[in-house]
Amino acid sequence: MEEQATSTTPAANVASLNEISTPRRDLLADAWYRLTKNKGAVAGMIVIALFILVAIFADKISPHNPLQLNSGFDYLPPFWVKENAAGHAGNPNFIFGTDTLGRDVLSRTLYGARVSMVVGIFPTAIILLVGTFIGLYSGYKGGWIDNLLMRFTDVVYAFPDLLFFIIVMISLRDTVIGKMLNGLFLLFLALAIVNWVGVARIVRGQVLSLREKEFVEAARAIGASNRRIMFKHILPNSLGPIIITAATTVPGMIITEAILGYLGLGLRPSTNPQDFFLTSWGALLLDGQTAINTQPWALLFPAICVSLVVLAFTFLGDGLRDALDPRLQGTQ
Amino acid sequence: MTGYLAKRLLWLIPVIFIVAGLTFILMHNAPGGPWDRDLNARQVDPTAQKLLNEYYGLNKPLVNQFTSYLIGGTNTTTHKWVCGLICGNMGPSYRIRGMSVQQYLFKPPTNRNFFYSKFGYSIRLAFLALGIAILVGLPMGVISALKQNTWIDYINLFVATVGISVPNFVIAIFLIIIFASTLHWVSIVPTSWDELNVWILPGLVLGFGVLARTARLSRATMLEVMRMDYVRTARAKGLTERVVVVRHMIQNAMIPVVTFLGPALAGLITGSFIIETMFGFPGMGRAYVTAISQRDYSMIMGTTLIYAVLVAIANLSVDFVYVLLDPRIKLTE
Repeated sequence: MEEQATSTTPAANVASLNEISTPRRDLLADAWYRLTKNKGAVAGMIVIALFILVAIFADKISPHNPLQLNSGFDYLPPFWVKENAAGHAGNPNFIFGTDTLGRDVLSRTLYGARVSMVVGIFPTAIILLVGTFIGLYSGYKGGWIDNLLMRFTDVVYAFPDLLFFIIVMISLRDTVIGKMLNGLFLLFLALAIVNWVGVARIVRGQVLSLREKEFVEAARAIGASNRRIMFKHILPNSLGPIIITAATTVPGMIITEAILGYLGLGLRPSTNPQDFFLTSWGALLLDGQTAINTQPWALLFPAICVSLVVLAFTFLGDGLRDALDPRLQGTQ
Repeated sequence: MTGYLAKRLLWLIPVIFIVAGLTFILMHNAPGGPWDRDLNARQVDPTAQKLLNEYYGLNKPLVNQFTSYLIGGTNTTTHKWVCGLICGNMGPSYRIRGMSVQQYLFKPPTNRNFFYSKFGYSIRLAFLALGIAILVGLPMGVISALKQNTWIDYINLFVATVGISVPNFVIAIFLIIIFASTLHWVSIVPTSWDELNVWILPGLVLGFGVLARTARLSRATMLEVMRMDYVRTARAKGLTERVVVVRHMIQNAMIPVVTFLGPALAGLITGSFIIETMFGFPGMGRAYVTAISQRDYSMIMGTTLIYAVLVAIANLSVDFVYVLLDPRIKLTE
């Protein structure tokens, strides 16, 4: 081999053309390569990574204790405002001002990242697991479970999502489940119940088209078991659409949390310093809303954070779609 | 095809039934009842609560309550049979005395027409938002496609991406900070909704998502249409560029946009409650949010059902519009 590659005879040159010179990549590595070439997706990943770091180390990087009431410093505008409607001037100690009780808005917002990150990632993991499994089964086996899935889907699609979340949050908030994790657990459940259907439907559609393909027929011909065909042949081939769906549901979850928080139905803001989740961006927006006429600044910073995270996930999702399914490029 | 559409229409009935049932069960689990005041106010005393419960039939078993809500039942005081939801009767509101839910939502104030009812206000806001979305979004998409990969295209795409991903109440916050707090062009909570200029901000905010979607969708379809053979043929015939763009490109690029408008309108009507609450808008959405905080069961049921029906009809309308616009499509299961 060594000799052949270095020799300069024409025959050897032609022979070397038949060898693949670049290292081989599997489908996912290929997609990853395309993803890293997409500027928007890379920027999105950087922003998401940053916010994940903020979420984990919120207690280390916050300039103030988010629960501390700074008496005499309540209701401050951000530091660049010379004089607000109430005659206060910004204080460089509190870069983004303080809320009605004199708590530092910047520190609270940094802590709020925890909730948004967890709400984006945890329910998505649940719906991927449940949705993929049920979608696979119902697409492959059909029958009553398939019928049940389709009817359930119809109901879920008929019920406006947000109305469902609102009703669930109101009615179950004061039960045992509603009190777990300051109300976050119930939110996860509600989000998962509505969203797993989307994943299941996508997977089901994939299975329906894949199970007629030759490679599945070939696998069946050599006597592969149903389970093997499902998990070794069909599942890996439908991974692309599954990943795309996951990436596109994440921003929806974060937005839902913000909306519910804004309606006072999301996470209960905690005053216990032992809690990991102290407040959420939605709850901060609700706090800020009370003085929207005189002091809209309190809303600005959490609003920017929500927008940034959601945009980052959208760009990543778009990038993933282009990377995993190049045929779809630019269609949306 | 008529069979298919009839089937879809009939399927509405169980869907509404299930939505009503789910809402009903969940609502009655909610802590607190319709007679609770907020913590500071004096509470309604227990005997009065008992009488109220009897009057509204809230002491009956849940199943009976549900059936009498859906179909009808005898009134406890007058002993006359009152028709339920199937006749369009959504029952009395528990909070607004002497008014039924449908009266509260659909009845305009005296000397005003239907569009001044709560529902009418929301409808008007939704149509204004839709109008803004189309009038701005469509040209944005078309221009983007015609000037693909120029700075104007990039700006439009960025605005559209922001509009699609960022929720409208967050956009509302930015716009309020810019136009109300900094520039003082508009006041946030106006005293009267009879002047047009106070409608612009809530209308724009509400329609922003649809605007962005319209822009992206029309850009994508325009780019597709531009490469079609019939466009080349039109140019080869020697038609002016304007005729080619308007008659051959835009008209064909409109099809997916039009089909998306039905669900978009439903989304605008149902999705407006946060915007309505934010701007103090006297529409159905704010009535819904108020009803939630007051645990006005019948009002929540009523509004949720209206929303669900609107969404279902909008989704169904897509099928009709598809068939009308593209005769090649045949609807079968």
